[in-house]
Amino acid sequence: MKHRVVITGMGIVCPLGHDVPTFWNGLMTGKSGMAQTTLFDASTFPTQFDAEVKGFDLSRFVKHVDYHKNGNRGSQFVVGAAAQACRQARIDIETDAPADGIDRRRMGIYLGAGEGAVNDDAFFSALVDSWQEDKQSPDWTKWVKTAAAKMRPMQELEQEPNMPAGHVAILTGARGVSRSCLTACAASTQAVGEAAMLVRYGKADVVIAGGAHSMIHPLGITGFNRLTALSTRNDSPTTASRPFSASRDGFVIGEGAAVVILETLESAKRRGVNILAEVVGFGSSSDAFRVTDMHEEARGACQALRAAIADAGLTIYDIDYISTHGTSTSENDSIETLAIKTVFGEHAKKIPCSSPKSQMGHLIGATGCAELITCAMAILEQTLPPTMNLNDPDPALDLDYVPNAPRKAKINVALKESFGFGGQNNVVIIKRYSE
Amino acid sequence: MSARRVVITGVGAITPLGLSSNQMWQGLLEGRCGLGPIRAFDASAFDCRIAGEAPEYNIRDFVPKSHRKATKLMSRDIELAVIASQEAVENSGFITKAHEGKTPTLNPTRTAINYGAELIACDLTEMAQSVKHCITDGKFDIHKWGQVGMPTLTPLWLLKYLPNMLPCHVAIIHDIQGPSNTITCGDAAGYLAFCEAVEMIQRDSADAALAGAGGTKVNPIGIVRQYLMGRANCASNDNPAAACRPFDAAANGTVFSEAAATLVLEELASANARGAKPLAEPVGWGSSQSLNTDYVHLEPNGQSMQIAIETALQQAGVAADKIDLVIPCGSGIACDDAAEATGIQNALGKAAASVPVWPIKSMLGHAGAAAGAIDLVAATLAIVHRQCGAAINFQKAAAGCKLNILQKPLRQKFNFVLCCGYSFGGQSAAVVLKAIED
Repeated sequence: MKHRVVITGMGIVCPLGHDVPTFWNGLMTGKSGMAQTTLFDASTFPTQFDAEVKGFDLSRFVKHVDYHKNGNRGSQFVVGAAAQACRQARIDIETDAPADGIDRRRMGIYLGAGEGAVNDDAFFSALVDSWQEDKQSPDWTKWVKTAAAKMRPMQELEQEPNMPAGHVAILTGARGVSRSCLTACAASTQAVGEAAMLVRYGKADVVIAGGAHSMIHPLGITGFNRLTALSTRNDSPTTASRPFSASRDGFVIGEGAAVVILETLESAKRRGVNILAEVVGFGSSSDAFRVTDMHEEARGACQALRAAIADAGLTIYDIDYISTHGTSTSENDSIETLAIKTVFGEHAKKIPCSSPKSQMGHLIGATGCAELITCAMAILEQTLPPTMNLNDPDPALDLDYVPNAPRKAKINVALKESFGFGGQNNVVIIKRYSE
Repeated sequence: MSARRVVITGVGAITPLGLSSNQMWQGLLEGRCGLGPIRAFDASAFDCRIAGEAPEYNIRDFVPKSHRKATKLMSRDIELAVIASQEAVENSGFITKAHEGKTPTLNPTRTAINYGAELIACDLTEMAQSVKHCITDGKFDIHKWGQVGMPTLTPLWLLKYLPNMLPCHVAIIHDIQGPSNTITCGDAAGYLAFCEAVEMIQRDSADAALAGAGGTKVNPIGIVRQYLMGRANCASNDNPAAACRPFDAAANGTVFSEAAATLVLEELASANARGAKPLAEPVGWGSSQSLNTDYVHLEPNGQSMQIAIETALQQAGVAADKIDLVIPCGSGIACDDAAEATGIQNALGKAAASVPVWPIKSMLGHAGAAAGAIDLVAATLAIVHRQCGAAINFQKAAAGCKLNILQKPLRQKFNFVLCCGYSFGGQSAAVVLKAIED
């Protein structure tokens, strides 16, 4: 038996705000989450700015902050986001005796979550202390002395990408299916998509789904800087993320967490909770091309798009809004535009498609679900979030990117697409709920 | 909609017991231990100096010519996944793009890949070559890192360490264009990747899938992390073969190993259509979450294991006393073994006293993410060969363990085999495999 899957709660912690109303208001008023890097000293890095979550206070959301105090940034953010989403969905948290009508064995968790930050002091100090110039390698006896003295076991554990889900379990008491995935920048779109499949096919009545990630630490920025994937527009952080513009020079890294509560329609009705939107389609594919580049003809992206539209039982003419991956890298924005044109043909130009990354940055593993929340808000508010900083359109990219200002529109169906490094592509389609 | 049935049609593994699933199987039957002193680096000053290392290999022997250049972008975790997947594909009889010059029989867009991976440790010797430029007054200088250290790091450095690169490389090698996911659920990743791959075929998103997991903690950072967390055995450095003692009263921590295992899954009708021989059928699976704010270990009452097993049995429609063999997690970490034994006992009820339990980490070590996939390969081979080996390093049951730990090898038909596992962080899973009817 197939169940209809609805969204009954949403929560977010991101550079534009620590709850959905603040986040949405930021998108609607042209705010930018970008500024100079403060989480570490990046003053000599090629990229010296980012989009950070600032002033996050977990005690605003939960009683038992101590259960999460060792959590990595992603774990802490996702506890905050999950607490918000649960409140909206009237799911009891931090209790051994929930009275919300949900069997905890039928409540699952599915996060697209990334690794926690390395302990920089232990990591770099151990290499410095143990370096042997004559052998051009570390002396492991010296290395382990420093490493073992400086490492803190819980911080080491918190680097594992399954830890955010562990924290959400402690928060909610969820005892059902629990999975985490890490398909690079597509992770939380995939998490929500696969979570919807668990609900649709009866593996769970409720799944707390979403993503959590922070790669704003020296090794994370190093990795992306070496790939030349990040914008280096250090003199103008707030205009650096400019998807689909001719002068785009890379993405701006952000951090955060986003959570949606997915539930069978029967469960939502039985519990009498408000339904925000319905998840109707999911498609996933693999480029199987190169680990370094997207397929030149967007083969994998097209397959995921077509699979999701078919899964939803819709046609290309039903899609009212596309929330793009829109990273502001040269390659992504070109290939993504090609994918949309290939799948939607002539109709592509009539579909508004925008990138909230222009304002909130790229939350990596968490980004897909954050953007899915913008899709739900677009449906609820009948308003399209804009692509900001689009002042010099790339002549080769000629879709309706909703430049520089939000726009009122009739939005019944919204599509979220995400593409991960290595070629994992994911698309989720949501629809305005109606009986 | 009638449920599409899914069967296993190929297995592959690289483990401390050998470069193939067959070598692993022979080792397990003989009760051979693949654990030994660490050779990968000088561990003489480490509290834990033992591990399970994979045999030596040349990765270029396991990839087609067209992918040889890309081997430079492979961390060890990726290499292990590529090797295990190559064997699994061969074992299934599928012709893929990797068989250069032949016409593939694997349909790219109808094939999925779902692979378990974990935190990948970067190559510290490589990193140190860049860090050495960044020392001021004997300390790391981040200003120098940005100016002169970072630029010496290879541009594609990050791509070696993204966990999703395991399935991405395998997908490129074998031209797998269908759904692709990377499950990162710590030590439970192999199980959960397998479960999701089965679901992908069941729901008609694919007709075939590669499912598995790979990884290694056998590197300086991985080993030190594990013993600081109190998981690694640091008291048996002189006797590695006796170090990992699942459910034994003298259990004193696990031993970490490096491995990968891959299973080929297929929709039953399409497997039959191409004349493939089904090896076993996954008929039930379940997962749950341990709720323990210590996050490192299972909750003492093993409830997540109980729920996962109960869910799997229920889905399989099998009574506990019909289970012929259990391959447990059995890590050799005393508190986790106790919790797991309690969970299994509560789930199986009276049958728990009689169902044979075969812990295999005593021989293979704990391969982290790969562990679950290895368990599933071992269970599949037990079903196919109608035999299994005995436990090693089990002399006296740990307090509270009332399981029937196998004292001698078995030769019999196994109709249903239950496998289960769990991770730090709490993810827990169980799978029931069923023999193919004659």
